[in-house]
Amino acid sequence: MLKGGSSLERQVSLKSGARVEEALERLGHEVVSIDVGPDLIERLRSAAPDAAYVALHGRDGEDGTVQELLEILGIPYTGSAVLACIRSMDKVLTKHLLHSEGIPTPEFFAFNETAFKRLGAAETLPAIEERLEFPIVVKPASGGSALGIKFARIAGDVPGSLVSAFSYDSKVLLERHVEGRDLAVSIVEGDDGPQALPVVEAVPRDEDFYDFEARYEIGRTEFVCPAQLPEGVTERAQELALAVYRLLGLYGFARVDLMLENATSELFVLEANAIPGLTPTSLLPQAAEAAGIEFDQLVGRILELAFARAGGAAAV
Amino acid sequence: MTVDDSGRGPSEPAEPRRVGRSPSTARDIERYAGLFASRTRGMKSSAMRDMMAITARPEVISLAGGLPDTRSFPPDTFAAVANKIAAESCAKALQYGPTEGLPETIDCIAEVMAAEGMRVDADDMIVTTGGQQAIDLVTRALIDPGDVIIAEAPTYPGAVPSFTSYQADVVQIDVDSDGMRIDLMEEALDRLEREGRRPKFIYTVPSFQNPAGVTMSLPRRKRLVEVANEREILVLEDNPYGMLRYEGEPQTTLRSLDGGVFVMYLGTFSKILSPGIRLGWIVAPGPVLEKLNLGKQAADLCTSTLSQVMVSSYFDQVRWQDYVESLTEIYRGRRDTMLDALERHFPAQAEWTRPGGGLFIWATLPDFIDTTDLLARALQANVAFVPGEGAYMDGRGRNSMRLNFSGVDEDEIREGVRRIGKIVQEQVDLYGTLTGEQQAAVGPENQPDPGEGEGGRVVQMPRRRPGEERASS
Repeated sequence: MLKGGSSLERQVSLKSGARVEEALERLGHEVVSIDVGPDLIERLRSAAPDAAYVALHGRDGEDGTVQELLEILGIPYTGSAVLACIRSMDKVLTKHLLHSEGIPTPEFFAFNETAFKRLGAAETLPAIEERLEFPIVVKPASGGSALGIKFARIAGDVPGSLVSAFSYDSKVLLERHVEGRDLAVSIVEGDDGPQALPVVEAVPRDEDFYDFEARYEIGRTEFVCPAQLPEGVTERAQELALAVYRLLGLYGFARVDLMLENATSELFVLEANAIPGLTPTSLLPQAAEAAGIEFDQLVGRILELAFARAGGAAAV
Repeated sequence: MTVDDSGRGPSEPAEPRRVGRSPSTARDIERYAGLFASRTRGMKSSAMRDMMAITARPEVISLAGGLPDTRSFPPDTFAAVANKIAAESCAKALQYGPTEGLPETIDCIAEVMAAEGMRVDADDMIVTTGGQQAIDLVTRALIDPGDVIIAEAPTYPGAVPSFTSYQADVVQIDVDSDGMRIDLMEEALDRLEREGRRPKFIYTVPSFQNPAGVTMSLPRRKRLVEVANEREILVLEDNPYGMLRYEGEPQTTLRSLDGGVFVMYLGTFSKILSPGIRLGWIVAPGPVLEKLNLGKQAADLCTSTLSQVMVSSYFDQVRWQDYVESLTEIYRGRRDTMLDALERHFPAQAEWTRPGGGLFIWATLPDFIDTTDLLARALQANVAFVPGEGAYMDGRGRNSMRLNFSGVDEDEIREGVRRIGKIVQEQVDLYGTLTGEQQAAVGPENQPDPGEGEGGRVVQMPRRRPGEERASS
């Protein structure tokens, strides 16, 4: 069980990890828990596990780094492989891929710090602002939580928002804000390939105090599953999510976040998460439950898939 | 030959596997959510708080905590204290005690308070589980949902969860280098009176304030006590740092000025002996103390007897002031190092307070820097501080930070400040590039207010960002 680490989502990872660990023990596995740090390789070598359950989120754990190390060590591991991790961790790369496949994603522009420092990219900001219209969402290319995501309402907000986003990543994007409903489609690989689970909608609890950050604060957002959506929207959201899953080459399980735009009733894909949270309040376990998949069953399935990819039989 | 009498193969566990709790499901969460009291809605978790968890990792230089240097406490003294307890008062140390505290511990407290110029009787106080419990007990005794508490801006971040859990409406009053702006406080009190609302109490850390590091001037102390008496509002004087003074003369406490009519006084052994023993106290007017006592009975019956016996045994055996003096020496050096490092490594647009004591420096950066985001970047460089937003309940403080100088040594302070300074400078440069201004000048609206303070440096206190004002109106 690989959990913790030094990413900003360490706490979520520890919670996911602890919960999965209990499930694995109930399933009869012997679990060695590793808080990922400088001694990772040494500890993996001495534990010599049959498989590694990766419950890490964010930097190192979800961006392909740990997966690469596990490949080198020849240890089967859960979830997506290196390339899919890289593709989904980097929202800019994800969005370019979506765009090229004709999968709708909000219009965006992305820059790295060098573009501003050495190429005078700041001069393009007025043109970008005109194109995207306010409010504009400014976010770091990586990162799965609310941290660093800013909501620029006027031109004067943009530079400060960019400075904030650059605190998290050397690459940032400015994205058109889609006013609408916040949806998430989780995917779990079944016997017949990837299966989209019921759609979860994040609804702010207290409309009066709603702000952009509220959806990420525990207790300020209510999750509705299955989401009550207009005719055909659920199917369309699930189709899009599956298309994203295949396009990025994700494996085992994943979550795709979308917006249902109020004005147009169109769906837009925001991002994909290669290792969605598995805490009690996380979306994927809620969606699995709504689909009749118990948590232990979900964990067991994810582990089996790790062995299947490695070409071995599940050592249960 | 060894006989394996377990009857199990080597791969089988000797004990039944630990059977974990059944997994909590979304249904469970909903089920429990329906049972929560409405006051828990104010108790929020946040991404920022999650991020603070990383600051505890060993490779991180943490200027974030408020940790006293317990490494400097002599183990010999600890052993002597423990031995004396074992030999003389073992049964007592292991037993329940009176809710208000052990008489011998109360004598020690009276001694500490006398050292700060206050005379108290044994029955004026309750020994509490840390100063934090005193804040909780006072809030519990005085606050109905929606009642007003006056606090400083910025205020002690640890008081915020207590206030919000009792659903207080906290009105924060700006602080400058002479402490809380009593003139602004009076304006706020007038406004509240017009609205038909009377605050229940004023919460202040008058000496070497947490988080701002500033100390309330004597004229303001006098005026605060007058106002409290005129308007019949209680004051909670939280004084954990008064003895950790690195220069200047001791300040008269609010309690001394008022004689204990409206001032409740909160003290602690955390900063002069040990935070681990969790021992604080509250001195309050009789009728208030009675309610606090009832609240304490409900909370934990009595403060740890073992800790109380440790304190009295410690006071018996050594001169307690010696350790405070040694801490003062250590912290003075660390404060000077931090001030020097800030001067060296922070950009010209940054400002910070120059505390005459205590554990904290409060630094304010240009208003385009969000210190919560800055912390994410700082953690990549293995250094941490407390973002300012935790010290405000109204969204301000976004461009400020609290830096602690008691918890790490001088080399680490120098290195930690250097790393933060480098990142801040990068962000200032980046902002300059983004806006086309070569240097992000400090706008005139951000200049210190020249009207306040007797020639002292006026503390730059943060303001709301323009976008947020619009959002909330």
